Amino acid sequence: MTNTVDTAVRQGQGIAIEGLRIGLTSRPGVDVVDDIDLVMRTGEVVGLVGESGSGKTTVGTALLGYTRAGAVFDGGKVLFEDRDVLALPWQQVRQLRGEEIAYVPQDPAAALNPSIRIGKQIVELMQLRGLGTAESRLAGARAGLAEVGLPNDDEFLSRYSHQLSGGQVQRVALAMAFLPRPKVLVLDEPTTGLDVTTQGMVLRTMGELCRSHGVAALYVTHDLAVVANIADRVAVMYAGQIVELGPKEQLFADPRHPYTRALLDSIPHLSQARALSGIPGRTPAPGARPGGCRFHNRCAYAIEECAKDTPALRDLAPAHQVRCIRAEEIGAWDISRGAVPDARPDRPRDVILSIENLGVFYGHKQVVFDVSFDVAKAEVVALVGESGSGKTTISRCVGGLHKEWTGRIGFEDRDLGHGSRARSAADRKRIQYIFQNPYLSLNPRLTIEQIVKRPMELFGIASGRQATDRVVELLDQVALGPAVLKYQANRLSGGERQRVAIARALAAEPDVLVCDEVTSALDVSVQGSIVALLESLRVERGISMLFVTHNLALVRSIAARVQILNGGRLVESGMVADVMDHPQEDYTKRLLANSPRID
Amino acid sequence: MADVAVLPEPLEEVAPPKGRHGSVAWILWIARRLGLAVLTLWLVSVLVFIATTALGDPIRAILGKDYNADKARVAQLTEQLNLNESAVKRYLDWLGGLLHGDLGTSIANQRPVGQLISSNVLNSFVLVLISAVVLIPVAFGIAMISANYRRKRPDTVIQTILLALAGLPEFVTGILLVALFSTTVFHWLPAVTIAGAGHPWDQPSVMVLPVATLVLAVAPYVSRIVRSTLLEVLDSDYVELARLKGIPEKVVLRKHALLNAVVPGIQVVSLQLAWLAGGVVFVETVFNYPGIGALLVDSVRNHDIPVVQALSMIIAGVYVVVNLIADLLSILLTPRSRTAISS
Repeated sequence: MTNTVDTAVRQGQGIAIEGLRIGLTSRPGVDVVDDIDLVMRTGEVVGLVGESGSGKTTVGTALLGYTRAGAVFDGGKVLFEDRDVLALPWQQVRQLRGEEIAYVPQDPAAALNPSIRIGKQIVELMQLRGLGTAESRLAGARAGLAEVGLPNDDEFLSRYSHQLSGGQVQRVALAMAFLPRPKVLVLDEPTTGLDVTTQGMVLRTMGELCRSHGVAALYVTHDLAVVANIADRVAVMYAGQIVELGPKEQLFADPRHPYTRALLDSIPHLSQARALSGIPGRTPAPGARPGGCRFHNRCAYAIEECAKDTPALRDLAPAHQVRCIRAEEIGAWDISRGAVPDARPDRPRDVILSIENLGVFYGHKQVVFDVSFDVAKAEVVALVGESGSGKTTISRCVGGLHKEWTGRIGFEDRDLGHGSRARSAADRKRIQYIFQNPYLSLNPRLTIEQIVKRPMELFGIASGRQATDRVVELLDQVALGPAVLKYQANRLSGGERQRVAIARALAAEPDVLVCDEVTSALDVSVQGSIVALLESLRVERGISMLFVTHNLALVRSIAARVQILNGGRLVESGMVADVMDHPQEDYTKRLLANSPRID
Repeated sequence: MADVAVLPEPLEEVAPPKGRHGSVAWILWIARRLGLAVLTLWLVSVLVFIATTALGDPIRAILGKDYNADKARVAQLTEQLNLNESAVKRYLDWLGGLLHGDLGTSIANQRPVGQLISSNVLNSFVLVLISAVVLIPVAFGIAMISANYRRKRPDTVIQTILLALAGLPEFVTGILLVALFSTTVFHWLPAVTIAGAGHPWDQPSVMVLPVATLVLAVAPYVSRIVRSTLLEVLDSDYVELARLKGIPEKVVLRKHALLNAVVPGIQVVSLQLAWLAGGVVFVETVFNYPGIGALLVDSVRNHDIPVVQALSMIIAGVYVVVNLIADLLSILLTPRSRTAISS
């Protein structure tokens, strides 16, 4: 196999990674990624999927002969044309970058230089290399911007990156990468953080450009659904190794690695509600990875033998490789596994929270207009919209965090005050808020015990020894052991932090939880387990939830009702199944059409 | 409801292009900052006036134990300082004089203050100016070298030296320089300024050691701040992208990194320059340089109130002007703030 790869690549057809291993300078012997073999042929988009800490970005930048500080190439080759990129002196590698192998960054808003006008940044490389004349470069930049659907007049070229929207910045980065006509393109999660419609546009543009220019592209992402829409072949990474590699259709129709299956099981579908599940345990960091198969300690199919030797990546079918000794034995797989019926529309509703004619202001600027809906007991209502639609603003008003609003927010039979200071302790206790980013919402100086205990002491629910017992009980409910009691938040992973945040909200014994994008900062498998946790809380405790999200597929699996917002106005609302199967408004249809899906 | 369901345009403008009100906005901004500067100076003038003449009896302070003995002198000083008038009237007279360029008359030698201090003010100004011209490239250059070799040996050596220099009092640096270059080891440069009729810089070699001392005193701070900002910038996504884009390292450092790291540097430089302008008494003493620091100390010791007032106002003015320039430069060099003003 290696020989054919070599020949194909030497003939100028794409780029190949062979036996790549990247280690840490500070801890010799520990690998960040290991045993990576991957070929990208000309005109082909290969998706590289993995969760945080899997080493996917490390592999992506290795194609450009680059590692982050602290990491070092330990072995392997990156074959491009007749050269090994990793063996070249750094001046030649720098020369190769941009012109031959280009990179589109993860967060272009941060990756474009804030002090250089975008017109200058786009042509900078060609100017430094002396490619073309000033006029030809400018013409190229204009053509490139037109290609990605952006204005290309002087006014636009003289802007700075902060004067562009997220989608525009991303397209500028694409145009910039394409301008020197590279043969290989590495895209590092280029659509993370974009709205679905913007993401859809960027993905389409990117796919067209790759195919029309005959570029070999590596698309690095954590989002399997995005890959399903764009890639020709998909490689799944876990703990620094590729565990499964195959053509897209085959990989999604018949995944053979238990990890791939677990990942697919944790992805919500647009067409059907599912009982989402996470993967038990957490992704091991470099140095903490188990011997044998690196997934065996989290794998439902593991047998004793799995812990012994690291399995090799072996051919299962032509072009379909898997790193699992039991790949043939784990049975068939069905994409609609775990499907559950949608919430019943005729279920009696006992309204607990009602929002009537809500208008919200920031200063003199009105951002939410005349929004009315209600939430019943033990019901999840989703607020969906793109950034700037006002969904978080509404949830902040309900949670008492924003007080410039008009209209009425009714809780049971009384009106809620504007702002938490205007509310009674009982009302504050019964409505709890969970924030989007668990990395920022936990006080880094307090222990987990102190964090979860605080609401109990505040509302006089429990104190002292009794409170500690309840903290243990609550942590158990969110699937955290008592070992974390004395930890500070920085020792926990993102998913664990969000569980602590949920335990803190539960400590106040609330009737309504306001969940503000609670899973958007988390990996998809962690999202699965958080959603499963919230669902069990709803069923067992009868807690109602206002669930703010931009992910429509997630809505299908968690919510009974959905409110779709656009520009601060309610566009469409109703039962989730009705709205998603028979959308009435163009806006809803467009959101649905642009949502990446695997079903 | 149908009329609100307009499709959003994902590429919609987030920042309107620079409007035709750009220049108006700039003028307003500058006017506001100038207004604030004037307000600051006025507050300083009140404080200076109160501190120097309105608290206690200045004549008793000036004459000390001669107060009871020398009635004629008391009368003369009372006359000169207009102490028979109310404090408010005296303040307004003083402020009026200040605005007309009349700084009053020195008590110590009965010469007009303006004439008395003008040459020292000019000397200090030239000293600070030359120091600034040397300081800025030196400090930024060292910071860039240091950041380029981050946490490798050259960086460690540079940081150790800078820390040692920052820890040395400037008169120690001055004395060491004198010992090294003019007295003990070599005899290349004059050790002190011979105060003659002209200016010290008529003989350029005289300026070398005072300037070197000041630069050595201030450059470590500036360098360390610029280095730490540079390191932060070098870790940023846009520098990583510039490298991955294939930009040569020199250009990455010079253009992509330095451009975003100068602003904190400018702020430190401006504070340090203002501090230097306030007169570095030790340096002036070591080199016998006729600047405002020594003059201010002498005037305070002699209770020469008009001179103290004038020098205080000049120093305050320098602080205000230097900071205003630094803020303006910072804004001009930060596109986000610059466009925020003009839009």
